[in-house]
Amino acid sequence: MSASVDAPSEVEKRPARGRSGPRLKRSQREALAAYLFILPDALGLAIFVALPMLFSLSLGFFSVNGFGGFRFVGLANYQRMLIDPLFRQSLWVTLVYVLILVPALYVTGLGLALLVNRPMRFVGVFRSMFFVPNVVSLVVVALTWQVMLVDKVGFVNRLFEWFGLSGYSWLGDPNITLYSVLFVTVWFLMGYYMIIFLSGLQEIPREYYDAARIDGAGPWATFFRITLPLLRPTSFFVLLVSLVSAVAGSQAFDLIYIMTRGGPANSTSLVIFYIYQQAFQFNNYGYAAAMASFLVLTLLIVTFVLFAVTKGGRFHFT
Amino acid sequence: MSQPTAEIRALRPSRNFFRRVGPILLFCFTAVLAILTVSPLVWMICASLKPGEETFSPNLLPQHWTLDNFAYVFTASHFWRYMLNSFFVAGTVTVVALWFHSMAGFALARLKFPGREVIFLVIFSTFLVSLPVIIVPLFILVRQMGMVNSYAGLIIPAIFNAFGIFLLRQFYIAVPQELQEAAVIDGASYFRIYWSVMLPLSRPILAALAVFFFLANWNAFIWPLTITNDQNLWVVQIAIASFHNQYSSSWNYIMAGSAVVALPTLLLFFIFQRQLVESIKTSGLK
Repeated sequence: MSASVDAPSEVEKRPARGRSGPRLKRSQREALAAYLFILPDALGLAIFVALPMLFSLSLGFFSVNGFGGFRFVGLANYQRMLIDPLFRQSLWVTLVYVLILVPALYVTGLGLALLVNRPMRFVGVFRSMFFVPNVVSLVVVALTWQVMLVDKVGFVNRLFEWFGLSGYSWLGDPNITLYSVLFVTVWFLMGYYMIIFLSGLQEIPREYYDAARIDGAGPWATFFRITLPLLRPTSFFVLLVSLVSAVAGSQAFDLIYIMTRGGPANSTSLVIFYIYQQAFQFNNYGYAAAMASFLVLTLLIVTFVLFAVTKGGRFHFT
Repeated sequence: MSQPTAEIRALRPSRNFFRRVGPILLFCFTAVLAILTVSPLVWMICASLKPGEETFSPNLLPQHWTLDNFAYVFTASHFWRYMLNSFFVAGTVTVVALWFHSMAGFALARLKFPGREVIFLVIFSTFLVSLPVIIVPLFILVRQMGMVNSYAGLIIPAIFNAFGIFLLRQFYIAVPQELQEAAVIDGASYFRIYWSVMLPLSRPILAALAVFFFLANWNAFIWPLTITNDQNLWVVQIAIASFHNQYSSSWNYIMAGSAVVALPTLLLFFIFQRQLVESIKTSGLK
């Protein structure tokens, strides 16, 4: 590609000397170079992101067999969604998961950020310690927690025993397994949001706090009148990103796939996991695509509402 | 959690006792929390150094230290091969992605051309599409291209993401205009400006992104799971996940495999902490 971008470098006003073919103007050369620079990524994104996205929308109207044969089935896949009790179950599980995970990440992320946003001995070490679960792979995280949460003899139950508490079947009781998975998810993700909040906190000018102190503002007033309002853009970003990743992030799939396979009794079958199961375990590609389209549409609407309600998280102050 | 923090900061000098004890309490609280946070990872590493019958002992530290679990993992499976596969896939994706994204980021930031805003917005909007959502059509597409069970299938679709383009564009926008103008006056071509001016300038952010991409691809699970079933193409994540099915009761082997898989990511994190944290911060600022 360098050959075409390494266009002749004479200043454009100079007349073409003895070369055949039309000379490009400088602006045209610049545009040509830009297109060539962007081409590899644009092509890749078009083929491997945009095309599947569009393909997904149409795939929902087809039945696909294992050999790649397509048959148009109209709205059959969407009708099936309405009557499939497992799909409804997975929607419910996802709703509970999102409604707990998003606030939990907000509180833990902000809490940790406030905790380590002050001069303190070893503060850098503490920040690293809070963040480190996030660099380990989700497969390792899932496997490790699975061993630690084993019934009776697992490390967590031993710890409970030690404190004189009775243990639980963390990954075997349909009533608590989802919460066990949520706990692991928060543990894995909170360090990431801590860093986002930390950078938000560090952007708040010190003078605001000095002024508050001089005015005799109490701790609550300082937090609710200064910290929280000035963090609004960060908060918006965190809510949006954590919402999208709660519904369709890789942790939602990886942890469930390794730790519970959607069980027990489908109590942890998140939509994103159920879609994968329908596609790659039961070969119902069309049905899976229909559910994925529904999920994307829902996410888009929620995102749009979030944007509209918070006006993009912008907050005007003078 | 926030209340005590703010409270101590705002206490009046008259409440001297709290002023002195508060920070100590806060320090202890933070330290305990931090230790609890890393304890599962410490537990994993300890479990990988314990013989099988000790896995579920109440002690954290092994009573009999052993490396047998590691020896077993590397002899009973082709673990070296899986490690090499992971290094190759993650390394290739990282290098190619940095190259493509830096070119695109440079053009979007520094060159003028019709449709620039539109192209940027379209690229940016792919930001919102996550892999699990498009995995079904993507798999069908890649299967039609004949890339199932191939390195190409593992590598090529993983290269393209808007995040890297976006970050690099942000960086190149901030480069002083004079540097580019000087190069133009010297008669440098656009490729030369990119290669000899912009790339060297962006070394820090490229390093940060390299760590970021390598970690993400080393840790990737759902795509390798979907696109490969040939054992020769397994990456480490697939390997340890399948240990799980194979030796479901031999958790000591699974923990040893996990420790080996986690080790490169932990090392990268400790060496490149600052860069990693910077790139996350930038992604949050917009």
